Amino acid sequence: MTRLDWNVLDLDYEQEATRIAARLREIVSRTLHRRGLVVAISGGIDSSCSIALAVRALGPERVFALILPERDSNDDSAARANILAQHLGVRVQTHDIEPALAAIGCYEQRDAAARRALPAYGPGWRMKIVISGGAEGRINVFRLIAQAPDGEVHDVQLGLAEYLQIVAATNFKQRIRKTLEYFHADRLNYAVVGTPNRLEYDQGFFVKNGDGAADVKPIAHLYKSQVYGMARHLGLPERVCAAVPTTDTYSLAQGQDEFYFALPYRSMDLALWALNHDVPAAELARVLGIGEAEAQAVYEDIRNKRRTTRYLHLQPVLAGEVNELDLHA
Amino acid sequence: MLFGQGGCDVALELQRQVKDFVLRNFLFTDDDKALANGDSLIRGGIVDSTGILELVGHLEQAFAIRIPPEDMTPANFDSIDAIGAYLARRLAT
Repeated sequence: MTRLDWNVLDLDYEQEATRIAARLREIVSRTLHRRGLVVAISGGIDSSCSIALAVRALGPERVFALILPERDSNDDSAARANILAQHLGVRVQTHDIEPALAAIGCYEQRDAAARRALPAYGPGWRMKIVISGGAEGRINVFRLIAQAPDGEVHDVQLGLAEYLQIVAATNFKQRIRKTLEYFHADRLNYAVVGTPNRLEYDQGFFVKNGDGAADVKPIAHLYKSQVYGMARHLGLPERVCAAVPTTDTYSLAQGQDEFYFALPYRSMDLALWALNHDVPAAELARVLGIGEAEAQAVYEDIRNKRRTTRYLHLQPVLAGEVNELDLHA
Repeated sequence: MLFGQGGCDVALELQRQVKDFVLRNFLFTDDDKALANGDSLIRGGIVDSTGILELVGHLEQAFAIRIPPEDMTPANFDSIDAIGAYLARRLAT
C-alpha cells in the first residue's frame, strides 16, 4: 500500500520556477503571439505567485499589473497588492470597480435575494455564503450567514433560487474584473494570466468567463501548499506570503474552505494528491487524523465537484464538426 | 388515491412521479427508456448537486414535506428507486 506523508507535496522550487518561466516565454511568444502579460493581483498568494513567475519569464517591463478593488474587498488586500507591485517593479494601475458593479446591479440583485431568505437583511448588514454537507457524506447545501449592524449573526438555509441569484450577482465581480483585464491586454497587445492553483482548477472554484477566463494559467498544476512554497522561494514580501486565503468577495470575511472546500487547504491538497495517486481513504484518514468514513466522504466530495463543475472548463460545444481549424497547434 | 393502495403500489406510483419529473426537467424527454430506475443520477451525470437541490425543492412542494439536511444523502437521492423508497418511508409516517 502507498504510504502517504506530507512530503509528497515537496517540490524543487528553483527547477520548477525555471521550467514555468521558460514555458511562459514559449506560450506567450509562439502560441499566443503577444508581447507581454496582464495580471490582476488581489494581494492573495495565487495571483502574487503568478505575477512573480510572469516577471521571471518576461521581465518587469513586459508585465502589467491591475488592482481591482470594490465595496466588499478588504482594504488590506489592495495594500498587499501594491506592496507586491512595487517589489516586482511592474507597471500597476488601480481601478475601483464599485461604480461599474453598482451600475450593472450587482449589489442590488444580491441584496434582493438575501432579503428573500432573511427579510431583516438591509443596509449596513454584511453577509457571506457557506457550504456544508459534503465532508459529512451528505449532499451540499448552502447557508446565508448575515451580520446585522448591531453585531447579531443570523444563519439561514438558502433556497436554491436565492442561492443561485446571490452567486449570479456576485459573479459580476469576477466578470467585470476580467473585462478590464482584457481591455488592457488588447490595448497593450498582451495576454491575460489566469491565476488558479491546482485545487481551484481541479475543483472548479472559479467563475466561467470571470476569473476562469485567461490565455494562460501558469500555476494551475501546483497544489496550494506548493504555491505558498513557490512564493517564499521567489522572495515575495512577507505580508503576501502570510496572507490567509479568503474569497475576498463577500462583505463578511469568508475562508475558502467554509465556502467551497471540505477541509482547510493543506489537508485538501493532501486529499487531492492522495486521490490522484489512488491512495486508500484509510491511509489519508491516518495522516489527517480523521475517520476513514470522513476521508471517503472527502474523496467523494472531490469527485462530485469535478462532475458538477466540468462544464466550467468546457469551450462552447458545437453541434457539428468544424475540422478546418487547427486549434491545438 | 396514492395512500389508498397497497405499499408496493404506493412506492411504484411515487417512483413514476419522480421519474416523470427527472425525465422532463433534467433530460427534456418523456421517453421512459431514457433512464432506468436503478441508474445513478449523480455519478451518472444526470443530476449535479445543484440539480439535487432543485429535485429536493420539487419533492418538498409536490409532497408537502420538508426534507432536512441530514436526509440529503446520496443513499436517499441517487436513483429513482432510492428516492421512491425514501418518499414512501417519509409519507408513511
